[in-house]
Amino acid sequence: MDAEAAKLIGAGLACSALIGAGIGIGNIFGSFLQGALRNPAAADKERGFVYIGFALAEATGLFGLLIALLLLFR
Amino acid sequence: MPQFDPTTFSPQIIWLIITFGILYLVMARSALPKVGNILQEREIRIAEDLEQAEKLREESRAVEAAYEKALADARAEAGKVLNDARAEITADIDAQKAALDARLAEKTGAAQAEIKAAIETALKELETVAQDACAAIVVKLIGNKADGKKVAAAVHNATENANAGNG
Amino acid sequence: MEHSPLEQFEIKRLIEIPIAGLDAAFTNSSTFMVIIVLSVWFFVSFGMRRASLVPGRWQSLVEMSYEFIAKMLHDSAGPQARAFFPFVFSLFMFVLFANLIGMIPYTFTVTSHIAVTFALAGFIFVGVTVFGFARNGAGYLRLLAPAGIPAVMLPLLVVIELISYFIRPITLSVRLFANMMAGHTILKVIAGFVVPLGIFGFGPVFFLIALTGLEVIVAVLQAFVFSVLTCIYINDAIHPSH
Repeated sequence: MDAEAAKLIGAGLACSALIGAGIGIGNIFGSFLQGALRNPAAADKERGFVYIGFALAEATGLFGLLIALLLLFR
Repeated sequence: MPQFDPTTFSPQIIWLIITFGILYLVMARSALPKVGNILQEREIRIAEDLEQAEKLREESRAVEAAYEKALADARAEAGKVLNDARAEITADIDAQKAALDARLAEKTGAAQAEIKAAIETALKELETVAQDACAAIVVKLIGNKADGKKVAAAVHNATENANAGNG
Repeated sequence: MEHSPLEQFEIKRLIEIPIAGLDAAFTNSSTFMVIIVLSVWFFVSFGMRRASLVPGRWQSLVEMSYEFIAKMLHDSAGPQARAFFPFVFSLFMFVLFANLIGMIPYTFTVTSHIAVTFALAGFIFVGVTVFGFARNGAGYLRLLAPAGIPAVMLPLLVVIELISYFIRPITLSVRLFANMMAGHTILKVIAGFVVPLGIFGFGPVFFLIALTGLEVIVAVLQAFVFSVLTCIYINDAIHPSH
């Protein structure tokens, strides 16, 4: 296999890290909504944690995207 | 990728240290204490104002209590005055009524005595008149003069009997 | 590729300044660092130029950011962390302004370079570690051994905690760097679709607008997360036994 082709395949595979990030972000906001609808009074206190969780989950996916970019544009 | 070019690391890090150091010094020395002072000042001011308001409220509450007390006192005073006046008037009325009653009783007594006397006088006179009439009737019937004393006794007896019969 | 999406991250040397054998060239990155510092200084000191008891709009904005960071530090690290407030405030403002200024077209995003974020994270890591040992002595090592763990598990756990402790500066710096870089790269890649699609180029344009909004949110969020995690590390140094 051509080294260039292997690089492209690798980049595509690395992007699969974003699957997990997507699931994670959806999970965070879904769980927050569930909790907030069940107990709206406590929702405001938890909003900060939701955004921290969102940022952390997104960053984990972006690590994979970073590897993909590294492979593509090195 | 330009990010992984090691020749760019040293200028970036050196300038980061310079700029961030300046930012930190400016923030820590002059800018942030100013903000903190203002916030603290405002907090103190608000606390003072709240205290002042609390004090004023206490004062107004005391004034209100004093007013309530004065009102209650006045009300009690008025009640007392009213009661006194009522008692006085009642006593007055009672006294006057008693006096009036006494006077009326006296007058009634006098009138009754007068009436009794009048009745007695009238009865005595009636007896005299009856004796006279009786003597005259005797004279007419038998032609001679009746003994005055006997007539008087007879009339007296008759009157007594009539009275007993009536009574 | 003619126009690489990574072209925007190119460091351009503007003035060569060699100091004692070190390369301290004034680059476009340095220009924007200076702009960031000036903007933060302008934001804070012009907001407070008439420091009045009843704040105007700008002043309340400055006070809001002050109280926001003070509350964040207090909530996550307790009242003893008060001494770190100027540092956390400068850090948050620096990263926030770097991210937001980077969102303006044709500007340079300082935080999209691993060297900058790693220098910040490394400084935080070293500072927190030194402070932790200075404050607690050897007691700082309790951080690695959570209380109430069976003795059999302890060696394994210490190793895991040790790795997670030393990986901190890497995750802290790579998180910010990757977010900034990926966001800008994706914007550039999608912008590259607009012209070749001709009349259908409107699709990517609308997507770009939505994505720019998301990137602004991410810029604020990453500055927030960066400083929250710093607060948490400071908390670990103050209270090592969890």
